[in-house]
Amino acid sequence: MAPDDLSQFKNTYFEECGDLLGAAEAKLIALGDGQGGSEDLHAIFRAVHSIKGGAGAFGFERLVRFAHGFETALDALRNGELTLDRSGHDLVMRAFDMLADLVRSCRDGIDVDEARAAAISAQLERWRGGPASPPTETVPQRTVPATEAGPQRFAIRFRPGPDLLRKANEPLLLVRELRSLGHLEVVVDRSRMPTLDGLDPETAYLAWDFVIDTTAGRDALEAVFEFVADECELDIRSAETPPAASDPAVAPVASPSLELAPATERRQGDRRSSERSSTIRVDIDRIDRLVNMVGEIVITQAMLSQFIGQLHTEGFGALGQGLEAMAQHTRELQESVMSVRAQPVKSVFSRMPRLVRELSASLGKEVRLVMIGEATEVDKTVIEQLSDPLVHMVRNAIDHGIEMPDARAAKGKPREGTITLSAEHRSGRIVIAITDDGAGIDRERVRQKCIERGLIGADQVLDADEIDNLIFAPGLSTAAQVSDISGRGVGMDVVKRNIQELGGRVHIRSTPGQGSRFTLSLPLTLAVLDGMIVSVGAARYVVPLTNIIESLRPQVSAVTRLVNRGHVLMIRGEYVQLVYVHELFSIADAITDATRGLVVLVEVEGGEKIGLVVDEILGQQQVVIKSLETNYSQIGGISAATILGDGRVALILDVSGIRHLAAERTTGAAEPALLLAS
Amino acid sequence: MKRVLTVDDSKTMRDMVSFTLKQAGYEVLEAGDGSQALSVLGNGRVDCIITDLNMPVMDGLQLIRSVRANPSHKGTPILMLTTEADDTKKSAGREAGATGWLVKPFDPEKLVQTVRKVCP
Repeated sequence: MAPDDLSQFKNTYFEECGDLLGAAEAKLIALGDGQGGSEDLHAIFRAVHSIKGGAGAFGFERLVRFAHGFETALDALRNGELTLDRSGHDLVMRAFDMLADLVRSCRDGIDVDEARAAAISAQLERWRGGPASPPTETVPQRTVPATEAGPQRFAIRFRPGPDLLRKANEPLLLVRELRSLGHLEVVVDRSRMPTLDGLDPETAYLAWDFVIDTTAGRDALEAVFEFVADECELDIRSAETPPAASDPAVAPVASPSLELAPATERRQGDRRSSERSSTIRVDIDRIDRLVNMVGEIVITQAMLSQFIGQLHTEGFGALGQGLEAMAQHTRELQESVMSVRAQPVKSVFSRMPRLVRELSASLGKEVRLVMIGEATEVDKTVIEQLSDPLVHMVRNAIDHGIEMPDARAAKGKPREGTITLSAEHRSGRIVIAITDDGAGIDRERVRQKCIERGLIGADQVLDADEIDNLIFAPGLSTAAQVSDISGRGVGMDVVKRNIQELGGRVHIRSTPGQGSRFTLSLPLTLAVLDGMIVSVGAARYVVPLTNIIESLRPQVSAVTRLVNRGHVLMIRGEYVQLVYVHELFSIADAITDATRGLVVLVEVEGGEKIGLVVDEILGQQQVVIKSLETNYSQIGGISAATILGDGRVALILDVSGIRHLAAERTTGAAEPALLLAS
Repeated sequence: MKRVLTVDDSKTMRDMVSFTLKQAGYEVLEAGDGSQALSVLGNGRVDCIITDLNMPVMDGLQLIRSVRANPSHKGTPILMLTTEADDTKKSAGREAGATGWLVKPFDPEKLVQTVRKVCP
């Protein structure tokens, strides 16, 4: 098809240019008068963009070049990289007039003042502070088929990413397109195909190996996969000799024909070209296996240490030393393996700029996002669980924290609010902070809400910190109007619970008028846990260290019995419910009197405290978490299990679950009310 | 006959796409922005969507996301019009769910070739 066929559309184009220029001019003038807003800027940008697009199609090179520079400046303007001050507006007006002149010159075939165009282009460039990337409109893009002497053989390995089909990329069409280029042999790899019950029809499971004899050249082959290249593993390499597809045994290990080895062998891993050897892709399942195995080694090692400790080792000093060294190496091994699964928090953080942009735009607020420490690494399992709470908290900060621009200006703050998202390692944990410079928590409103909802008594006296922490109380939404952004019933209580389920803590600090800071502190991994080993009768339990406040042996006078509450412990003016672990799990031969055993004071979700009555504390230890759900089934009050040094299984207590169990036992059901010091 | 929907706020561009594809044996529908495109889609089958990214009312990225979220159209190939230089746009479009892209300037031969690639 000759480009001339399109010349019939030139009239439409010039008509459209006239409309676009007219409308854009009115908007430009409005902007200069201080009226108009970002939408007008977008419209002007689109007008210039459309003019450029058509000019490219008709080959008006001068117009394309000028429009491109102008468009780039407008883009910087609408992105906020440039501001439209008086001189800027003048320049934009002059550029706009120039653009109109260029359009006219193209339409009427008359000459235009080249020098003026060049001068304005240069001014635009200086204003932007750098040259624009060259316009593509002037560079005709045509695929030139390679003309090579004879057919070449290529081995192609194509392994679609799971999301390929969701973007309507159809592998069958790719295969057909390949086939149109030459003689094609196809081997399908079904190894990733799950059984029918695990099959998601929109996920791509199949992979292919092709051998193609073609005269089209490598570029043509790459062009076939152009759209999916970022969504798959693709390896195109020239294969000189016919690969022995049917007999992998004769294929030398390093030869390209390896790509045709049977599917089971190909699953062994990715073979990438040597320049990429600095990183490899590994199936996460394999790393999980490795993590598990190291966990087993840690346990076995602890077991050995304990066993050796009980022996008389006189004359076996070397044995003890060797064991000591092994203990250290095991710890290092564990750390190295865990670091394989560590990922920078960037993968979660990177979703935030868009969230902030879209949300602030829809609320009419001006918000700047600052991110610090995106490279901080944390275990993949933690990252996966971190996303939702973080999104929620950033939403909250924009919706409830940052004020409207006018309100900010009235308070003498910059119109643009700032949200800072930071991540750092601190004493074996990752600490993520979300800071905003907004209004801070409206304590009076929070208090009123809590009184309305019966969460606190109307006469209860609370200090600022206690009120701030009430925002974590279940069922509290403090937005004056329930908005569709953060007031959707999923409150901060869910955020806190999610974080606590990860063994984390949430801390809040708020200053009225100056903003709030939420700090999340999380363990670096979910595979191991710092726990206190306690004994109850003959059984051993692990209490997560993050939950423990203190442990003590109470005085007889401190333990009293309250109606509907069972035994409580009076500690520093506060009543704490006592939960007898032996009762919950029906353990015989345990100490039944709290004043003869020990009370481990733990904090559960919502900030409430309970006291776990156990026999004694055996020690503090890092334990490897073994899922109960995958090995047995879920049990109330128990989050997981572990294997202790002596080979015995110990259950890890879920203190929040225990609170619920205990509440059911004492009051029949009913959620206990939020308990606060008074 | 395969039915292609061209979405562009520029009438010139719609006319040229439409003209070129009709000559290549496609049926062509037109829409001036994303929300118009969605109402065209509501009326029935479309085999391929070609959309510009910069449009008033609803831009191309929003359109792509809406189509991908719609059970009856989420399998429809979507080509976005972009400039080669704009890799961020390209990946933003890909992330939103675009099947592929058409690089400006408008080139009739390349257009037909690319549409055939995803919607033969």
